[in-house]
Parts: sequence; structure tokens; C-alpha cells
Amino acid sequence: MKRSHLLLLVVLIALPWFSGEYYVNLASQILIAAIFAASLNLLVGYAGLTSLGHASYLGLSAYISAWLSLRMGLGHALTAPAALLATTLTGCAFGWIALRASGLGFLMLTLALSQIVWGLGYRWVGVTNGDNGLSGLTRPAPFGIDLANSAAYYWFVLIITTLVLLVIARFVNSPFGATLRGTRDQPRRMSSLGYDVWGIRWVTFVFASFLGAVAGLLYVYFNKYIHPSVMSVTVSAEALLAVIAGGSGTLAGPVVGAALVMLLKNYASAYVERWNMLMGFVFVFIVIVMPAGIVPGTQALLRRLGGGRK
Amino acid sequence: MQFWQIQTLNSFALGGLLFLLSSGFALIFGLMRIANLTHGALFMLGAYVAVSAMRAGFGLALAALIAALAVAAVGGLIERLVLRRLSGNAQGQVLATLGLSFIASDFCLIVWGGDTIPIQTPAMFQAPLRLFGLIFPTYRLVVVGIAIVVGVVLYLLMERTRLGAMIRAGVDDMQMARAVGIRASALFTIVFCLGALLAGLGGAVGGPIFSAYPGLDSDMLSLALIVVILGGIGSLVGTFVASFIIGFIYTFGTALLPDLAYVILFLPMVIVIAFRPTGLFGTIKT
Amino acid sequence: MAIDRRQFLQGAAAAGVGVAYSGLGFGQSAEPVRLGLLTVKTGPLASGGIDMERGLELYLKERGGMMAGRKIEVIVADTGGSPATALTKTQELVERNKVHVLTGPLAAFEALAIDDYVRTQKIPILSVAAAEDMTQRKANPWFVRATSTSAQCAHVMGHYCATVLKYKKMIVIADDIAYGQEMNAGFQRVFEENGGKVIQKLFPPLTAPDYGSFIAQLKTDADAIFLGFAGSNGFRFVRQFNEYGMSGKMKIVGGMTALDESVLRNMGDEALGLLTVCWYSAELNNPINVKFAPAFRKIYGYDPGFYAAATYVNGDVLNAALTAVGGNAGNKDALMAALKKTSVQTARGPVKFDTYGNVVGNVYVRRVERKDGRLVNAVVETYPDVSQFWKYDAKQFLANPVYSRDWPPAKNLQ
Repeated sequence: MKRSHLLLLVVLIALPWFSGEYYVNLASQILIAAIFAASLNLLVGYAGLTSLGHASYLGLSAYISAWLSLRMGLGHALTAPAALLATTLTGCAFGWIALRASGLGFLMLTLALSQIVWGLGYRWVGVTNGDNGLSGLTRPAPFGIDLANSAAYYWFVLIITTLVLLVIARFVNSPFGATLRGTRDQPRRMSSLGYDVWGIRWVTFVFASFLGAVAGLLYVYFNKYIHPSVMSVTVSAEALLAVIAGGSGTLAGPVVGAALVMLLKNYASAYVERWNMLMGFVFVFIVIVMPAGIVPGTQALLRRLGGGRK
Repeated sequence: MQFWQIQTLNSFALGGLLFLLSSGFALIFGLMRIANLTHGALFMLGAYVAVSAMRAGFGLALAALIAALAVAAVGGLIERLVLRRLSGNAQGQVLATLGLSFIASDFCLIVWGGDTIPIQTPAMFQAPLRLFGLIFPTYRLVVVGIAIVVGVVLYLLMERTRLGAMIRAGVDDMQMARAVGIRASALFTIVFCLGALLAGLGGAVGGPIFSAYPGLDSDMLSLALIVVILGGIGSLVGTFVASFIIGFIYTFGTALLPDLAYVILFLPMVIVIAFRPTGLFGTIKT
Repeated sequence: MAIDRRQFLQGAAAAGVGVAYSGLGFGQSAEPVRLGLLTVKTGPLASGGIDMERGLELYLKERGGMMAGRKIEVIVADTGGSPATALTKTQELVERNKVHVLTGPLAAFEALAIDDYVRTQKIPILSVAAAEDMTQRKANPWFVRATSTSAQCAHVMGHYCATVLKYKKMIVIADDIAYGQEMNAGFQRVFEENGGKVIQKLFPPLTAPDYGSFIAQLKTDADAIFLGFAGSNGFRFVRQFNEYGMSGKMKIVGGMTALDESVLRNMGDEALGLLTVCWYSAELNNPINVKFAPAFRKIYGYDPGFYAAATYVNGDVLNAALTAVGGNAGNKDALMAALKKTSVQTARGPVKFDTYGNVVGNVYVRRVERKDGRLVNAVVETYPDVSQFWKYDAKQFLANPVYSRDWPPAKNLQ
């Protein structure tokens, strides 16, 4: 297992040397989508809370960082932490509201809150420039390394992605992660055992919004442009579909799911005119063949093959 | 000033349409606990089938009937072929129903093209109605009437028939219902078809107002979700009342507070659910 | 199901496979000129996007897939109407397909999303999107637009309403997006400077399920209402306007996408007599259009409108520029300079560009009429050589803020 991870990392590091710029950029986008899906997976997979509003955090942090640099003239060293902080604080408030419900009610509250943020993005023209979006943005240059170059930016994203995935692995394998899974499977029992179910969920919600904000920064650096549609329900739904298709509640699932969605949307669409329909069929196929998602499904398949026939 | 009177009528008309849209969703969710995210796509399919039926020479009433039956059949297929395998797997249902709605919307784009296709208002309802010095589009009043009739029929179906009794038993406690010999499998298919039928009917009846266009599915899905959640899950009465509440909030909200047009539907929902997670009339905690 | 879109024009180009004319001195390589088309083929904007592809397809088919003696290879990319996908698709066209020149995208926010990338990659782009500042305050040097800015045609309608139709009081309504706001602002400015008054401004949200609650608000003492809608919203508004019994109370006029040919084909008598303004009409009686519009109608069964004409006109512009550089698309600076110097007859009439890369061309006031059983936009007045700055001085025009919901301020609201 460990060795295969290292091998994969080596291949990913070497990618810019053997593939064209287009693929490097596509890979950067897949990694950003993977961070975003992995952050949503904390809620969907580990806390059992299906959110349909995660795009708010992606969009908020992107907008805040863009606005601070364009209107306040601040440098990336200030805008990045400020955007992360402000988005996470929003997550604190939204979590407090959304966690008044669970199940479909939670889903609707997250959807409603994100629609409000989306509406502000369109309508609060003085700040967001409305439908024209904010353009004229730059990428940061940490330690004097210019990230304008596709390969350099890709490596930067790869480093952050690795760090984020390691942090998430640490988080879910910690005692807190075990309690979190407990609140997902047996909320009543956890509550009677004296755990603060609400508090555990809220902390997870805030953490997920923070990681969503990280993805938002990487997103706006990549695109150098931000438009309200990034906060739309479509973006939230895409991430949710990636998590479920890949396998919610697993570490690798959201990464695989995000790669699948990005490849269908950006790569397969060059060859298949009806790529929307293809995407639909892929999702239905996955859910019928591997109801728990690609990663758990493949693992089960490998186990069966490895174990031979009974 | 006619503003208030006309906007009140507008609110009722929108409310009636919202009820036609949401009742099927509420029915399916109440019994099967499936958030059927294809509902918007089924509504759109209903509108498009009505377009084809009218091109073939049928009037709107017959076209609506054809659309309702066709969409009900599609709903039955979805339930039998896909959703049946996923009972209890809420996330799988989300993936499957969203996947199916991608397929459906692309299918509509292939078959009917990207243009917005208007659906003719029946000739007898085309002229505006003049009442007490007010001028109002006749067809919208007809829509309110249809919504009320559908509401009453559904109510009678649920309260006065054997099928309704079985559905109510299933909503309250599925295991108990099974124990007393109700065939859940057939019941689920019937209810899913009925829900789809209502969506298809709504799409056709709403056609003269909304037209049939790509994107109608997602516009309608979010409205249906808002109504059902606000009304309370599993409550037909709640869905009915919430439809008209949303009709009023939207109509007056966009007119009086245009700056809040984008959030006007979601703010009240956040407030209601945050303080009453079961919705206005619901008994089931979501 | 799988379609390799690189074979998109296989049929059209079959005649000239591999045989590039070498008479111009650049024909040593048989390499075709690669033209990337950024369009929308899925989702709500697909109607216009499909027409963009069809317009270009027809243009090349008529020329055996050739321009300036070079074979043209078209690579079509579907942006899905999303800014992020528009950028990815542009990267794909530039980095993977190595296109020499781009045409599209459809929507303003897509053009803005790829603006920075196009500048750094230095790819000439023949835009269809209307965003004002792309050829104004933030003019992109790699950008030419042969269609129109959001307000370019609306200026004309403002003038026409005030001076010819003699309207005194008007309402403006448009989708609540930059395109609609810019268009209405341009209309308002010229209308008011010629003595009219805009007494009400309405911007229904894009998600408005219907216009009933907006129609109920209309100030009935207005002479007319200007529709700045895009897509099918114009015709939905017109129908509901009639259903609410408003048709006798005020006139309707529209901007360049309010009653496009693509919308008219689904309308009935309610559209008859309505005036709109655009840089094109399928009814234009110039030598190019009298061939183009019937040919398009013959193949697809309907009249070409804004989007089909946009790529067809872009075809003529690119053809002229390629001819000027002897078919050598590899030298981007030379091609870009040639594009900007283009002065060519097209389906919309003569096209030339100002120093900002935006078209100076005819704008037509059109009236919906019935002809051979179908609805058409008959031309009633031609404003020749209209600039994006209307009759204003470019410097002064650009010193003002970009048109928006609040600029220029409306002083006559009731």
C-alpha cells in the first residue's frame, strides 16, 4: 500500500516532464477538485451529513482574496490568511445554523445558505462586480518562485494537496475521527454516552469549510478570474457526486471521484458530444454496480479476486 | 391602485403551479424517503411531451393527459430498474437520481433542441379576463383551479380509498404495514408512478406559462425542494399551504424588495427550518 | 456515440484534402490553419451555441473548407456555458490542438474568464460575446469583435425611439446580468440625451420563473417599453405582456437579442409589428446575405439569427485577414494586425474595426413581419457605420464608468 502511494507520488511529481502543458493544467484542476471533494467528504462520508452548499466556501475564499488584492491592494501574504480566516468564520456561523437539522433538512439548509451567498455574488455588484466577475488577478510567488508557469503551479498544488490529504488522514484516524464516525452511525448512543454530538459535528463542519477555503484559494489562483457561478448549486452538486461516486467515507474515494468528474467534463467532452448524458450514465452505472462507490467497490472486487473462489 | 390585487392573483397562480410541481415530490418522499432529484427533469419531460402531442394535433387538455401518462411510465421504469436496488442507500439515491436527470435533460436537448418552445394557451383562455376593473390572464386562474382540483383529488385518494389507507400506513410505519400484508413493492411502484404523473401533468399545465426550455428542470427542482421542506415532509396539506406561501413571498418579494430577489426564497426557509426543523406542517423530523 | 470532433468538417473539406494551394509562397507545408470554435452545446445556452457552429460550418462548406488558399481545420469545444470550463477548453484548444486563432465564446463571462489567458498566450480571437470593457477600458489587444458591444445597437434604438418614434416616457427591462444592464444603460443614455425620459428600470433575476409580477408593476403612463432580454426571455415576456392585457397600453421595442430570428421561429402573431435593433437581419439585402440566409434556411429549416450570423461574419473577417497575410497564420502578430485592419463586406454589411478592436458597422432597426408564412425581421431603417462609442468622443466615453445598473444615473424615475 505505502509503496504504491509513493510510486504514485513520484509519477505525479514527474508529470510535467513527460506530458504537455494542457495535461499539467488539467492535473492541477483535478488536484484542486480533489481537495474540494475531500473536504466535503468530511461531512458527507465521516459525519453522515449530506451538504449541498459546499461551493460557498470555495467561492467565498476566492472572492475575499480577489477583492482584498484588487480593491485593497494587499499582497498574497495577507490576502490568503485573511480569506481563509473569513471563510472559516462564515463556516462557523453557517454550521451553527445548518446543524439545527440533519438529513434532508441539513441538505436544504446548506443549499439555502449557499444560494444566499450565490445571490449576493450576483447582486452585490459594488463588491463582486456582479456577472462580470473579478478579473486581473495574479498568482502568488512564495519564496520568490513564480507560479505563473503551469508546471510550477502544478507542483505547488501537488504539495498542498498532499499536505491536505495527510491532514485529513490524521484527522479521521484520530480519536476525534472515531467519535465522529460514532456520531454518524449511532448518534443517540453517542449522545447518551455523554458525547456532545452537536459540538463534534460543528467542529467537523468548520474544519471542512476551512479546507474548502483552501481549495478556493488554489482555484482562484489557477483561474485568475472569479465569477458568481462558482458558488452555484451545480458546483456543490458536482463535488457531492464526486464524493459519492468515488466512495464517501474513504480517503481515496473523493480523489478518484473528483478525477472522474473532471475528466468527463473537461477531457471526454472533447470526444463525446453528449458528455452530459455520458456523465449521467456513468453515475447510474456506478451506483448500480458499486453502490458504495468506486473505491470501496474496487477494493471488494480485488479482495474477491485475491481470495480466489470459495 | 391595481398593483395589490393583481399581485395577489399572481401569487395564487404561482402557488397553484408550485403545488402541481411539488405534490408528487412530497408524495414520493413521504412514503419512500427518497429525495427524487429527477423530479425537475420529469416536470420538464412533461412539458416537452406536451409540445410533441400538441404538434401532433391534440389540444392542451389531451396533451397534458398524454404527458402525464408518459412521464408516469418513465417514473415506473426508474423505480423498477434503478431506485428499487437502492433502498436505504440515501447517497446512492442522490447519485442515481442526479445521474438520471443529467440523462433526461440531455435527452430533451437532443430530441427537442435548445430553443425555448412555447406551448399555446388554449384559445378560449387567451383573452385576458376583465373583472371589477381588473385585467388578469385567464389561464392563470384556470391553473389555480386545476391545482385545487388536484389537491382535492389527492386528499380524497389518501383519505377515502384503500390505496390511500395503505400509503398512509406505509408513511407511518413501513414495517408495520408489511406485517399486515401490504405489498410494499407494488405500493412503491404505484406511488412513484403517481408522483411522476403529477410532475408530468405539472409540466404540461405549466407549459403555457413557463414554456419548455433547457434548464427548466433545475429551475423547478429547487422550487420543489423549497416548497416540500417548508411545508413539512410527508404532509400533503403542508405542501399545499407552502406552495401558496412561496407563491406570495416570491411575487411580492421580487416586486417590493428587488434587491433581495435572489435570496427572497431562501431566507424564509432558513428561518423556518432553523427554528422548526419539521417544516410548518411536518411531523417527521428531517 | 463517440465523435472525434477533429473530423468535424471532414465532409466539407474532403475536396481539398492535403492539397494546399502553394501559389502564395507559404504553401510548402500542407499544414492546415487550425481554428478553435468556443461554443456552448449543452445546457441552457445551447440554442445559440449550436447556431454558432452551424454558421461557421456553412461558411466553410461553401468554400470547400478553405480560406486564403489554406485548408481550415475547425476544432469545436463545448464550454457548457461555464467560465471555468471555458478556460479549460481554451487551454485545450491552444495547448493540445495548437490552434492558430479562436472564435467565440458566446457569453460575456466566458470571454472575461479567458481574457487573461488569451493575453499571455497571444492568440487572436474573433469574439461573439458582447462585454463592453473587452474593447473599451480593458481592451484586449488580441481581441476583435465583429458583432457588437452590449450597448452598440441599443444606442441606435435610443436615438430612434426619441427622434423618429417620438416617445417621451419609456420603461426599460432586461435580465439582471451585465449584458442586460449595459444594454439598458446605453439605451437610456442616448434616449434621454435626445429628450426622452426613462421612468422605470426593471431587472428581473435570471431565475425568474415568469414575468407576471413584473408586468403588474409597469407604469402605465409610459409610451413604450424597451426589452434588453437575451435568449428566449424576450418572447416569454411579450406573450405574458399580452396575456395581462397590456398590449394596447404601451408599445414594445427591443434590443439585439430580444426577438432574434431563432426566437421568432417559435412565435405567433403576437410578435407582428414589434421593432427591434440589431447589427444583422436574415432579411438584409446585401450580396452576401442574399446567398447566406436562404442557404442556411435550406439546410436547417429556419432563418439564421444573431449567433449563426456572428460566426459567418467572423468567417469573412478571418478570411480577409488570412488573405492579407498570405495564408500564414503562424505569425500571430501579423495576423492580429491584419485582423484589426480588415475592411470587408460581410453578411451584415461592411465591417471594419476601431483601434480597440471593435466593429464599426451598420446597425438596423427591424420590424417583425410575416413573409411566406414565417415571421421575419424586416429592415425599416439603417444606421450606417455605428461605432461602439455612438457619436461620443472615445476618450470622453472611456473616462466614464462602464455602463451598469446605476450608471448613467436615471434621473427621471417615477
